[in-house]
Amino acid sequence: MSRQNTLLYLDGVSVSFDGFRAINDLSMVITHGEMRAIIGPNGAGKTTMMDIITGKTRPDSGEVFFNGVVDLTAEDEASIAELGIGRKFQKPTVFESHTVWDNLELALKAPRGPFATLFHMISGAEKTRIEDLLTLIRLGDKRDELAANLSHGQKQWLEIGMLLAQDPKLLLVDEPAAGMTDAETMETAELLKDIAKTHSVVVVEHDMTFIRALGVKVTCLAEGSVLAEGSLDHVSADERVIEVYLGR
Amino acid sequence: MMTSYLFRTLDAKAGVFIAILLAVILLVPALNILIAPDNFFHVPNYAVTLMGKYLTYALLALSVDLVWGFCGILSLGHGAFFALGGYAMGMYLMRQIGTRGVYGDPTLPDFMVFLNWQELPWYWYGFDMAWFAFLMVMIAPGILAFVFGWFAFRSRVTGVYLSIITQALTYALLLAFFRNDMGFGGNNGLTDFKDILGFDIQASSTRAGLFVASGLALLVCFLICRYVTKSKLGKVLVAVRDAESRTRFLGYRVEYYKLFVWVLSAMMAGIAGALYVPQVGIINPGEFAPANSIEVVIWVAVGGRGTLIGAVLGAVLVNFAKTWFTAALPDVWLFALGALFVVVTLFLPKGILGTIGDGWTALRQRRVSSNAQAGGGKPPKTPPTSPAAAANVDPQPAE
Ligand SMILES: Nc1ncnc2c1ncn2[C@@H]1O[C@H](COP(=O)(O)OP(=O)(O)O)[C@@H](O)[C@H]1O
Ligand SMILES: [Mg+2]
Repeated sequence: MSRQNTLLYLDGVSVSFDGFRAINDLSMVITHGEMRAIIGPNGAGKTTMMDIITGKTRPDSGEVFFNGVVDLTAEDEASIAELGIGRKFQKPTVFESHTVWDNLELALKAPRGPFATLFHMISGAEKTRIEDLLTLIRLGDKRDELAANLSHGQKQWLEIGMLLAQDPKLLLVDEPAAGMTDAETMETAELLKDIAKTHSVVVVEHDMTFIRALGVKVTCLAEGSVLAEGSLDHVSADERVIEVYLGR
Repeated sequence: MMTSYLFRTLDAKAGVFIAILLAVILLVPALNILIAPDNFFHVPNYAVTLMGKYLTYALLALSVDLVWGFCGILSLGHGAFFALGGYAMGMYLMRQIGTRGVYGDPTLPDFMVFLNWQELPWYWYGFDMAWFAFLMVMIAPGILAFVFGWFAFRSRVTGVYLSIITQALTYALLLAFFRNDMGFGGNNGLTDFKDILGFDIQASSTRAGLFVASGLALLVCFLICRYVTKSKLGKVLVAVRDAESRTRFLGYRVEYYKLFVWVLSAMMAGIAGALYVPQVGIINPGEFAPANSIEVVIWVAVGGRGTLIGAVLGAVLVNFAKTWFTAALPDVWLFALGALFVVVTLFLPKGILGTIGDGWTALRQRRVSSNAQAGGGKPPKTPPTSPAAAANVDPQPAE
């Protein structure tokens, strides 16, 4: 596929840590408006891939392009976020000593410079947006609660809310259902499907019922490169996927 | 718009603090000048100067709390900014001496004549003008902080490493200012000041004036810190303190935020140093001693990190204790200070003010719940803490 029409384009990406190849000649393409599920055993390099896309880790070789033209390997975390790539971390990271409301306000799309924030007065439109997000992530009654006091699942949802508040073009969501009950997992799948109607999403998850509920194209990573790609049925029928990931 | 915003951010605690500070600013000079010396309520001259010195320490502590308490930058080198502000003021005071020096040179300070210097070094130009010197009080520490911060924050030096290089910074300046050929009076520093803005520096009215100036500087800087920390920028700072890399992934350039608050803080420390020097009558390289900067951090920790008021409280209390100890039990002071730090770290991790604050909240919650159990009284009014709730009270955001 030609790079020009893609939202995210990885070609021949490799990165080593102390001689260990965490990402090994990885190539993958996400198109505009697509939702993609990523599966793979622990240590396959799923999180490292997100680190590379968001500027946390520099690849040793290979190309990473956003929107077909922007070379992400030349940008840092802040400018990649400003370009429109939002990220939810595997371990939920919210600002613990801020309230739920303030967490969302900080994430909300607005000028990011220090002088802009020094003189910033929250507008009516911003308040409405935060209210909407609070309803969406079902934390309306927790708005004044410190994020530190939220349950694990609530933190996951708050972080998804913060991701949406940024209004990114592409959302990278790392294991959103980890530590959730079955019911919460299904709700999260519904939420992500909703989000995917208006955004492009890459979601890493281990929970197969969750992946099935999403009903999207699946990529299986192993040892830092793509093992199989296609529908969930196609991928889970793949001999090698069964061997390294699904078991038996 | 800004002022109304500022006043909305002032809570009861800040109100009490400002009231007390204003009362001190008014009462101490009044009791010094208006009350006869034999009266019980008379405040002696030495006490005015001593308390004025505490106020400048309080301002220094405030500046450290701004970077440490709110942005997580543990500076062990703020004494350097304080001393630089002090030297800028000292240079002005030296130039004010004029022909009244021992050698009677109209431009060259005594120590330069003594070193056989023929003319004033270029960096002493302008310090005969008060406005220029007072500007330099902020600009000199500001520039140093900017250059230091630019390199440190861009290279993402954080935590212990940053603390260590701030110590190295102040130590390097200590060594540099000890050298005679630096042109700052070497070992002896700058002293023997005669007057400031035309007023005799020894006069009790000038002393009272310096006290008031120190109090007002503290007040204004407190209000600025308050505004900064309550603004959205302040929330970003706390976010940086708690989860720096997360803040980056939200698109904030963490290094710019650190640089902003670091430079602002250094300027405040510089003002503190500038007000300190005329009150103690001397500035010498000893003010750059690394131990000084560490002591400031202890004041802040004792008072309560990240509370602003706590920093002021800690600075005043610890220095009051220091004054008492060094007079009564001089050998014990350093041990007492060390013990205090250990006790606070172990038993009062939030410092005096943080601990009181927690106790107060717990007490109020207990009273509220016992009220509710008794079923009597009107339900407790919940304060409109969230912006949304505040919006209900005040639907039109202040312009
Ligand atoms: N910063 C790092 N330094 C050293 N090793 C790393 C680093 N980041 C990831 N790794 C290694 O890379 C491999 C891939 O990790 P990761 O991307 O977290 O896997 P996954 O998310 O698929 O479980 C692991 O073996 C991990 O230990
Ligand atoms: Mg992972």
